[in-house]
Amino acid sequence: MNTVATQFLDARGLNCPLPILRTKKALNEMAAGETLSILSTDPGSVKDMQAFCKQTRNELVASNANAGEFEFFIRKA
Amino acid sequence: MGASEEIMTKSLDKSQFDQWFDQRFESKMTEREDAHVASLAIIATKGTLDWAYPPFILASTASALGWDVSVFFTFYGLELLKKNLTLEVSPLGNPGMPMKMPFGPKWLKDINWKVPNLVMAGVPGFEKVATGLMHQTVKNNGVATIEELRSACIEADVKLVACQMTVELFGYSPDDFIPEIKDWIGAASFLPVAQKSDVCLFI
Repeated sequence: MNTVATQFLDARGLNCPLPILRTKKALNEMAAGETLSILSTDPGSVKDMQAFCKQTRNELVASNANAGEFEFFIRKA
Repeated sequence: MGASEEIMTKSLDKSQFDQWFDQRFESKMTEREDAHVASLAIIATKGTLDWAYPPFILASTASALGWDVSVFFTFYGLELLKKNLTLEVSPLGNPGMPMKMPFGPKWLKDINWKVPNLVMAGVPGFEKVATGLMHQTVKNNGVATIEELRSACIEADVKLVACQMTVELFGYSPDDFIPEIKDWIGAASFLPVAQKSDVCLFI
């Protein structure tokens, strides 16, 4: 995936709802069009990130899973 | 009626008018839906460590989704607004609570200790031990503490309101509570908030 992120969030080891709360906080400090990359180990965050982006109208550009880690790219609307 | 509207009404037959209306109605409804800010109203009535989680998790998550959130703390729920949180958990009479060790080898952690109610009630300090074990389990699993979730709610402008009557009933002092409480109110003030909310939960 060639998505270039300008901000990074390490949410590994955190459980529901912390990955979402930290994501929201990180997005608040970004400009529209910028991309945030998030790393998480919470399996629940896969569905939650989709629902979060749908509700907040930010774009979930990509989402990858490997070896128990989940990576998300969100472009701020 | 203006001239142009008269012409329009004359030249449109019923099916054309219905079609125009349906489209217009659909687009207006979508516009309205897009502009609508969802809202959540929670009534928090429990003051134990385990029951402190649902209201704060739901409130902080809803605020992250951009919802407008109010939480009304009443009866034992007021414990969740104390400056110093001393919440405890009671496994007594709660057969749904797993009793597992948060440390040691995996085989030990996997054992669900079925402690009879009689023992739980009779052993002094049983609740203190259970509370300590829950704090450890929370930490091991990367679950937020109640303090963290409460701060997240305050930062996100969740309206925390407290029941005035309970304060008097339980003989609390207003100084015991965090200053971020937006208001001290009664049922008559909270119900209109609940009425206007999209989601209303009693916890």
